[in-house]
Amino acid sequence: MTADEVGVEEETPSYTKKDFMSDQMIRWCPGCGDYSILSQVQTTFTQLGIPRENFAVISGIGCSSRFPYYMNTYGFHTIHGRAPAFATGLKATRPDLSVWVITGDGDGLSIGGNHLIHCLRRNVDLNVMLFNNRIYGLTKGQYSPTSEVGKKTKSTPLGSLDAPFQPLELALGAGCTFLARSVDIYPKDLRAVLKESEAHSGASFLEIYQNCNIFNDLAFDSVVNRKVKAETCVFLQHGEPMTFGAKDAPKGLRLSGLSIEVVSLAEGSGYTASDCIVHDRHNKVLAGMLVQLDYPDYPVPMGVLYQEARPTYDGAFQEQLRYAETIKPDVSLDAILQSGNTWTVE
Amino acid sequence: MQTPVQIRESVVIRFAGDSGDGMQLTGTQFTNTSALLGNDLATFPDFPAEIRAPAGTRAGVSGFQLHFSSDDIYTPGDAPGVLVAMNPAALIKNIGDLSGGGICIVNTDKFGDRDLAKADLTSNPLEDGTLDGFRTIPIRLSTLVKDAVKPHGLNAKESDRCKNFFALGLTYWMFNRPMETTQTWIKGKFKGKYLDANLAALQAGYNYAITAEIHHETYDVKPAKLDPGLYRNITGSEAVGLGFVTAGLKSGLPVFLGSYPITPASDMLHVLSKYKHVGVSTFQAEDEIAAVCAAIGAAYGGSLALTTTSGPGLALKGEAVGLAMMVELPLVIVDAQRGGPSTGLPTKTEQSDLLFAMYGRNGESPLPIVAAATPSDCFGATIEACRIALEHMVPVLLLTDGYMANGAEPWQIPSADSISAIHHRQTTEHNNPDGDYLPYKRNPETLARMWALPGTKGLEHRVGGLEKQDETGHVSYDPANHQLMTNIRQDKVERIADHIPLQETFGADGGTLVLGWGSTFGAIRQAVVAGQARGWDVAHAHLRHLNPFPRNLGELLARYDRVIIPEMNMGQLNKLIRAKFLLDVVSLPKVTGQPFKVQEILAAIDANR
Repeated sequence: MTADEVGVEEETPSYTKKDFMSDQMIRWCPGCGDYSILSQVQTTFTQLGIPRENFAVISGIGCSSRFPYYMNTYGFHTIHGRAPAFATGLKATRPDLSVWVITGDGDGLSIGGNHLIHCLRRNVDLNVMLFNNRIYGLTKGQYSPTSEVGKKTKSTPLGSLDAPFQPLELALGAGCTFLARSVDIYPKDLRAVLKESEAHSGASFLEIYQNCNIFNDLAFDSVVNRKVKAETCVFLQHGEPMTFGAKDAPKGLRLSGLSIEVVSLAEGSGYTASDCIVHDRHNKVLAGMLVQLDYPDYPVPMGVLYQEARPTYDGAFQEQLRYAETIKPDVSLDAILQSGNTWTVE
Repeated sequence: MQTPVQIRESVVIRFAGDSGDGMQLTGTQFTNTSALLGNDLATFPDFPAEIRAPAGTRAGVSGFQLHFSSDDIYTPGDAPGVLVAMNPAALIKNIGDLSGGGICIVNTDKFGDRDLAKADLTSNPLEDGTLDGFRTIPIRLSTLVKDAVKPHGLNAKESDRCKNFFALGLTYWMFNRPMETTQTWIKGKFKGKYLDANLAALQAGYNYAITAEIHHETYDVKPAKLDPGLYRNITGSEAVGLGFVTAGLKSGLPVFLGSYPITPASDMLHVLSKYKHVGVSTFQAEDEIAAVCAAIGAAYGGSLALTTTSGPGLALKGEAVGLAMMVELPLVIVDAQRGGPSTGLPTKTEQSDLLFAMYGRNGESPLPIVAAATPSDCFGATIEACRIALEHMVPVLLLTDGYMANGAEPWQIPSADSISAIHHRQTTEHNNPDGDYLPYKRNPETLARMWALPGTKGLEHRVGGLEKQDETGHVSYDPANHQLMTNIRQDKVERIADHIPLQETFGADGGTLVLGWGSTFGAIRQAVVAGQARGWDVAHAHLRHLNPFPRNLGELLARYDRVIIPEMNMGQLNKLIRAKFLLDVVSLPKVTGQPFKVQEILAAIDANR
């Protein structure tokens, strides 16, 4: 039973955003992208038809992981990298809850990489929000597993050496059944994918580009800035051709052999929208290509990249408990203790 | 002519062979048969960490020792009186333990030059005097088995694998054991030609012993005078599992185990995985950390949550256990201790995680510690750990070890009604009409908080690892508050002492007290019984509660002239007792990977009385 099924009764109160705001002072740096994400989550939670008490927000460690303290729901601020594991135990035993995992690029992809891939592999019905700012914020500015090669930070004064993860590519490889991307400063898009995350039955992985204005300011600016985003982002719509670009310079993504190429759709280019790839969020081969598209060679895909229907771990977990009960009903404690070879001493 | 039967009070037998020879199975079958005959018994499986070390080498020797008796016994025995050795490596590794004049049954088919070389032997122990002083029964076991199972169409390799049942048949004859229990077991386990062949091998061993009259007499051990009641044989791992099942039913809570396979703790996961029909769910996590974190997640959601592990796993779980302590959620962490440090001796026993359980977390992080004493005591100790966790809202460490996890003994099965209900602190009541729910408001006597679960309307609150303000649970960096909360968490654990039994002793006051904990129970008790029989002033106290100690422990220790603490570590309880009571106790440490022998403790008592 999902939270939706139990929650959409006539008694579900109608909430305002304020109902989801805790009384705690928010201690993120002024200008942090987290403020906008918090606001979109609070707004979205009013629209899901889920009673407030059925939300559990679970986080690890890092700036983003302070999130539960600011949500007037049930919340658990756990330890570094392990939020997916806590959430797995919670959701497996309490499938009635709507469980949200808040993590960051350090928390989720570095120290907690193992738990992240395994909760995605198991397809636990969680909503994982990974705030990607490509830097360690709370520890004051070391490079992260999503920082670009050559990143100069306090711990890498001559530049970082290791290649970054593409979070969605990692999640797809881990068997994730719902992949989406959005940006802290795109409130409407963000709310839309938050709703889709919750609606998806299974592990939803949402990468959010989030600006750390203190340690990695404008990390995504060249992609997400409103002045350029038409050229640098492709907003995916299921069943629609993948087109982008400024009004006077329309572009599209076209399949060329086994690769994706950017083509001009301007008049006289020889291409029209009908030549472009039609987004099919259920196509895993296509998803495998989309997760690799990155600026500047390609526009960055935004929205829902991939969705797959697959039984959830928590559903199967509960189903197995019920099945076990049907094959061995009404077993008493005495019968359990006295099982096996017994003998009586007179 | 009927072979004469000699009645013995007790017998210690050890089966030894290659890891692949099925010695653990043979020992377990002999144990179950003897249990059903009503003997008191104690077992000691002792095997290498490698699943199949090179055949015939000393590294691959696996042993199973069983002590069965018509009297009360506490240990698997210091020295076997009978050794069954399947090859030269098994013989040479174990012959030193065989008591003088003991019986040694040897498979002589495995003593060719190549066999001797594999065991690093330059001369044949069957001929070089190694067996002088023992009653050796040489048997061409491999050949006899091959002939016995020939009609059933097994190939040479498969035939050879039946030889453990042949050896079992031999020993069943020698000790006047019925074969039905094992025959029934074989019928349930094997099919077709393997069923027929194993039954034939068992019978052939028995028949050969009669026909060849391999020994001039046989032995019988009469049933022990155990308290009346219903019994079963139980290992420590099984008892822990049943303890959790019972605690779940007695608390009315679903049980959730998060675990990651590790020797010697995996059997607890296996046992608990069989009880899904009574609301026990098990989760094999991706690692030790996820195992405990998932358990804490389940506890947050309202389950009786546990995690099972051994030393290396406990090391990984430390940070999460500290979080559970900080947020004050109930959790039981079982550490089946093994030889350390690091990977150490995975299949050998040790008690060297006591100080780690006590102090192995960052910050001031006191936790209650409960230790089981014997395989069957694991049942009660587990229920006790659950009770403390649920009633006091605290993670509890339950210490067992490899010796008791794998060892077996008869267990008088309690009736379900005789086990008390366990109360938990789940609530749906708001505790602060004037404002938000107060997750850290406490019971004034125990200092335990309430347990409000997600899904409960109106009690929404946040918990986390950051220091929290008293009552509200809001993040607080206030200096005075941190001191206050640290004191509260410490005090909460100390007050558990008001809810555990006072320490009892076995024996009179004065003289020497042997203070123990964990699986040293049997060896200590038997040594103290022996000492008392010699007229020594010696008593035994065995701690189940290692943190907090029973209220009367200090006063109790003061009643003795000397206190000896035998431990399978370098003196860890010794350090705790010295620190707490400023008492000059005698430490008797041992870290050989082997349990204490009664004689070792008896000698220590003699030297300190």
